[in-house]
Amino acid sequence: MAAPAMNNRMIKWFDDRLPIFTFMHHQMHEYPTPRNLNYWWNFGSLAGVMLVVMIVTGIVLAMNYTPSADLAFGSVERIMRDVNYGWLLRYIHANGASMFFIVVYIHIFRGLFYGSYKSPREVLWWLGLVILLLMMATAFMGYVLPWGQMSFWGATVITNLFGAFPVVGDAIVTWLWGGFSVDNPTLNRFYSLHYLLPFMIVGVVVLHLWALHTHGSNNPKGIDTKGPQDSIPFHPYYTVKDLFGTAVFFIVYAAFIFFFPDYLGHADNYIPANPLVTPPHIVPEWYFLPFYAILRAFDFDIWFMPAKLLGVLAMFASILILFLLPWLDTSRVRSGTFRPVFKWFFVILIIDCVVLGYVGAKAPNDPLIASEETVAQENEAYNACVAKADAAGKVGEDECDRPFVVQYVHLGQLATLYYFFHFLLLLPILGRTERTLPLPTSILEPVTKHGAGAGK
Amino acid sequence: MSGEGAMTRRIVTGLAATILLAMGLATTAQATGGSSVDERHWGFQGIFGTYDRGALRRGLQVYQGVCASCHGLKYIAFRNLQDVGFTEDEVKAIAVDYSLQDGPDDAGDMFERPGKPSDRFPSPFANENAARASNGGALPPDLSLIVKAREGGADYVYGVLTGYHDEPPEGVVVPEGMTYNDTFPGHMIGMPAPLFDGSVDYEDGTEATVEQMAADVTTFLAWSASPEMEQRKRMGIKVILFLIVLSGLLYAVKRKVWADVH
Repeated sequence: MAAPAMNNRMIKWFDDRLPIFTFMHHQMHEYPTPRNLNYWWNFGSLAGVMLVVMIVTGIVLAMNYTPSADLAFGSVERIMRDVNYGWLLRYIHANGASMFFIVVYIHIFRGLFYGSYKSPREVLWWLGLVILLLMMATAFMGYVLPWGQMSFWGATVITNLFGAFPVVGDAIVTWLWGGFSVDNPTLNRFYSLHYLLPFMIVGVVVLHLWALHTHGSNNPKGIDTKGPQDSIPFHPYYTVKDLFGTAVFFIVYAAFIFFFPDYLGHADNYIPANPLVTPPHIVPEWYFLPFYAILRAFDFDIWFMPAKLLGVLAMFASILILFLLPWLDTSRVRSGTFRPVFKWFFVILIIDCVVLGYVGAKAPNDPLIASEETVAQENEAYNACVAKADAAGKVGEDECDRPFVVQYVHLGQLATLYYFFHFLLLLPILGRTERTLPLPTSILEPVTKHGAGAGK
Repeated sequence: MSGEGAMTRRIVTGLAATILLAMGLATTAQATGGSSVDERHWGFQGIFGTYDRGALRRGLQVYQGVCASCHGLKYIAFRNLQDVGFTEDEVKAIAVDYSLQDGPDDAGDMFERPGKPSDRFPSPFANENAARASNGGALPPDLSLIVKAREGGADYVYGVLTGYHDEPPEGVVVPEGMTYNDTFPGHMIGMPAPLFDGSVDYEDGTEATVEQMAADVTTFLAWSASPEMEQRKRMGIKVILFLIVLSGLLYAVKRKVWADVH
């Protein structure tokens, strides 16, 4: 890769001393990219766009926000009402969080389908997971800042999770809170960290791109590029494709901002935080719901481990096992296109994650199938039976069959089990036993065949 | 694109649909719970929705005449009324009817003065304890955000206001100081029925039925919760039309740039 021809002498002078223009030319212009990337590859750059949108709007919002338990809620309303276009900034930022997550989740599932985590891209995959974890921490702390009821109680529930760890748990929670309950010090540190973490994300994104550019993008066929005929320069081919994708995506994003700005939020967060009133259902934002379902799937103790600890460990494990995915998936074929059995299990995994999200939004002990009336009737019959047995001098609880009601938590347990089964058992076995389809010999092959038919 | 299996494309499309569906499901799941609310059509719904100016004026009258004795509206300043068709003189006249505490003055004393357009609607009680003491232990919430702060929004507020009966349904025991309400979660509400036919004398001569007043004050409160809504929707239509044209142009450019690759 030679230095690009530079006509401007000033630029050439500068580039001789710090070759930043040469660097940009190599990495953003001539960077060889597989020619067969489909539109699922748009979501990486879209995530980058969303990160920039969030940082820019966030910085301006921070100029008008007051991180104090007494003033935070009112300062957000002031942004909404009195700051010029403050409502626009806040709605871009609040809906941007949801958009950022949907983009990143699609990006991750694209990687899962096309085997983008496989050698030599394991570190690239790890860095992506680190970005996801940082994003989750940032989003959680950002949601606390308006200091509404869901902010406050969400913060209380999630920080309390750390109390599940034996011995050090309570000390950790007190340390996180900066006191003995979620209060002003908690809000202040969350604000500070909410401002810091996005810049850490930027740092990891740089590493993510560095790792990406070391071996280049994976592609829908999952085979390596074999020569210059398999690649095209990033610019203009993928710059224009990414721009087109971004414009289409912004249509959806704008529809939320301008027409349904509160659709993805929760009404309770327009009630100022009140430590004395607990909302009937404390639910996190939609992008955390699958993890919330895994957390609450554990309503039983195992040996010395209480349910709460199990839930917390499972929730963290659900992301941490993804770090091992490059080795858990034993198949030598990257792309799901050539894995006829994997393909179907991939679809089931997506359905599983949707089910987890659905369960996460529900009260765990609500009946899943039976109607409320049926359940009430069965409970009444049971209570009557117990009372009768007790009156007869027997132990009612032994004599009567407690009605079994299928609840949301049971569906959540099933879905949680499947999630771990998919990664820990299915993928290792499937990789060894599956009969994959024959791989094409080159990226170009079907393209030229198709092209020849079209008379090219 | 190339000759990839149609299967892959189908799976991949399915993936997109599933994720979008997941978002939808998750949010509807969040939205349910509590009492059901009957849906009503409001002029401020839809992408072209605007607040009915007549309803806003009548709604202000209902708020001032009925709600304001217990409920604050602390995020709304008198000057905000100018955004929805009140003249400057009207706003001054509304503000001056209120007497507000200000100060301290040079001698260090607090003093009363008439309201100015830049003042916010004063809250009826000095603090939460005073509010509870005057309302049998119940706290009348500030109404500035009530339409955004309740599941069901405007339909919920209208439902509560019109959900009272002369007698509770048979077999329902209503505790002392509570009233039965169709819409309120749990049905036992601390607020006695606030609206009766003729509770206010409308300046524009509209007949003040309970339904009319409930609809008017709900419209007024919807505006106070989202005063930016009309500007937001107008801008949204322009932004989205622009983005559609931009997407079309970018797609054409993309096709042209890629012509030699396909």
